[in-house]
Amino acid sequence: MSEKTANMKVVEGSYAVAHAVMCCRPDVISAYPITPQTHIVENLSQMVADGELDSEFLTVDSEFSALSVLVGVCAAGGRGYSSTTSQGLALMYEVLYNVSGMRMPVVMNVANRAMGAPLNIWNDQQDSIGARDVGWLQIYVENVQEAVDATLQAYKIAEDAEIRTPIMVCMDGFILTHVYEPVELLDKEKAREFLPTYQPADILDPAHPKTFGAFADPSTFTEFRYQQFESQLKALGKIEKVAREFEETFGRYYGGLLDGYFVEDAEIVIISLGSVIGTIKDAIDEMRSEGKKVGLLKVRCYRPFPVQALRKALKDACAIAVIEKDVAIGGEAGLVTDLKAAFYNSNIRTPIIGFAAGLGGRDITVKDIRKIVAKAEAARKGIQSEFEFLNLRTEIL
Amino acid sequence: MEKSLLAPGHRACAGCAMPTTIRLVLDAAGPNTIVVSPTGCLEVTTTPFPESAWCVPWIHSLFENAAAVASGVEVMQKRRGKNTNVIVIGGDGSTFDIGIGSNSGMFERGHKILYVCYDNEAYMNTGVQRSGSTPFCAHTTTTPSGSQSQGNPRPKKDMPAIALAHKVPYVATASVAYPVDLRRKVKKALQVNGPSYIQVNAPCITGWTFEAGTMIELARLAVESGLWPLTEYENGELTGVKKVRRPKLVEEYLKMQGRYKHLFKKGECAGMLGQIQAMADANIAKYQLVD
Repeated sequence: MSEKTANMKVVEGSYAVAHAVMCCRPDVISAYPITPQTHIVENLSQMVADGELDSEFLTVDSEFSALSVLVGVCAAGGRGYSSTTSQGLALMYEVLYNVSGMRMPVVMNVANRAMGAPLNIWNDQQDSIGARDVGWLQIYVENVQEAVDATLQAYKIAEDAEIRTPIMVCMDGFILTHVYEPVELLDKEKAREFLPTYQPADILDPAHPKTFGAFADPSTFTEFRYQQFESQLKALGKIEKVAREFEETFGRYYGGLLDGYFVEDAEIVIISLGSVIGTIKDAIDEMRSEGKKVGLLKVRCYRPFPVQALRKALKDACAIAVIEKDVAIGGEAGLVTDLKAAFYNSNIRTPIIGFAAGLGGRDITVKDIRKIVAKAEAARKGIQSEFEFLNLRTEIL
Repeated sequence: MEKSLLAPGHRACAGCAMPTTIRLVLDAAGPNTIVVSPTGCLEVTTTPFPESAWCVPWIHSLFENAAAVASGVEVMQKRRGKNTNVIVIGGDGSTFDIGIGSNSGMFERGHKILYVCYDNEAYMNTGVQRSGSTPFCAHTTTTPSGSQSQGNPRPKKDMPAIALAHKVPYVATASVAYPVDLRRKVKKALQVNGPSYIQVNAPCITGWTFEAGTMIELARLAVESGLWPLTEYENGELTGVKKVRRPKLVEEYLKMQGRYKHLFKKGECAGMLGQIQAMADANIAKYQLVD
């Protein structure tokens, strides 16, 4: 116990993540300020200024340049880090595809925030869910400790020779970036053992001149895409493996792809991602004490989408409610749509209802979760509403 | 002559100034060099997968981020204690317009990077659309001449001045028609401990429409008319100007090119020709091009 808690400190979420990044020893950090991500890079710049962290810290002209710098860093054989959110992630959109297509193992923390307009700096997950198809792996964390641990795991996954794919570690803005809670900070030496130095075979080197970023015509483009697709599927196994390796070294495990809470015998299962998981667990504790067979399935890994694991975990559910902080405007929302697609060709015919909740920072309460569970219960007899906005204030429409 | 670091067999148009420019730059820089290029003619003509004309390490990422990518490359060279030249080579669309933000960032952060712009004065790769570098009156597919138009209504953006405003310690203009001057400037730029910017006049046979075989003559006329003065700034001071012995009229330069042919129809546009001549005369006076 004493050994396990030796590094336990009450710190801000952003500091904890910055500390984890320090333990990953990036060669270059490129930073651009945007709320609520800024504290992460501020902390990193202080670590560099104080000589705690031997990294090059670049203050760039935009998020677009922040990620572009890392293309050069990775091509030159370095380990790169940046973090962003919302509008910044959107400004990076073109580079996101480029980084994944060029197989650069960048790790980035996304401090999830709403997308304007209207301008809103508070938390939802529209930003990264909107970037679900750009070829990055996406891990959504529940609390600060998981953000810390997932950041270290992310480099190990991304840099694996079979994967070579960038990762977004998505953490809810403000809720996790600005919260102070007890966290076990990573041990530098253990982190070094867990994550060795990045040594890619192909780099920009005048002794062995190579061309990076050639264009592909129709005769080869499909195969480039396929290889990315294939590596994402391989990552399903790798993410689980690395999560277990992490457990062996650090003693913590959050589920690799998914994590269940009272899900085995649950009739009603709630599926969600991010920090709202904590609230849902509280609601389930309440309802379980009342004898209700309610469970939770946390989607930790959203890209690649763990189709088989979801089918297996949800095969006995009687009704499923998906709670997510994003909307596919004109469709439904990311997770609920993907889940339905995952089930269509299986023999699972469980009713699924979806909720856009917590948009632009609106709270999701235990009471809300109970309301959603009641709706899912009703859906067993027939779906009334397939998708809705939770707590819509119709009086101001 | 030693083997060029840009291999033959690339797919640039016959008569294009770009590959000649790149060869001269690479000749001067030597093999201990990493090149970063934005999207453009250079990229598409030299790197159709799985082929590459580059005999030095080369990377392309996007249209507007070459200077940022190069910043990452340069930082890594320093970090690893390597003294490798890092050179961006891009066209004017990328340099003047879409990539200007990332160029500005690279300049002000002070990276040891040489930025070479091969300036062909329009978006040639997409089919000759106007860029911020397109000169006054030039016909492009988005500033066409017509009954209500004399081509591009605005003068060319002064990109070297923008570099100078960033306190870039070495800024120069050069021309494909003056290879000794260009090579010397590249070598000098690579000695600078910080960013440097060289803008090379590089005629485009497709976009400017001139007779094959006259590319160098045309580029020389740009200099001799005073429209493209060859200048050199060190630490903000003008330290070098290529003198012109006998200045030519701009008309001589313009009439060789299809992009200006509307200016010569029935003498309708004497006013425009006069304005362009005035621009050249202003350069001649400003840089004291003629002794």
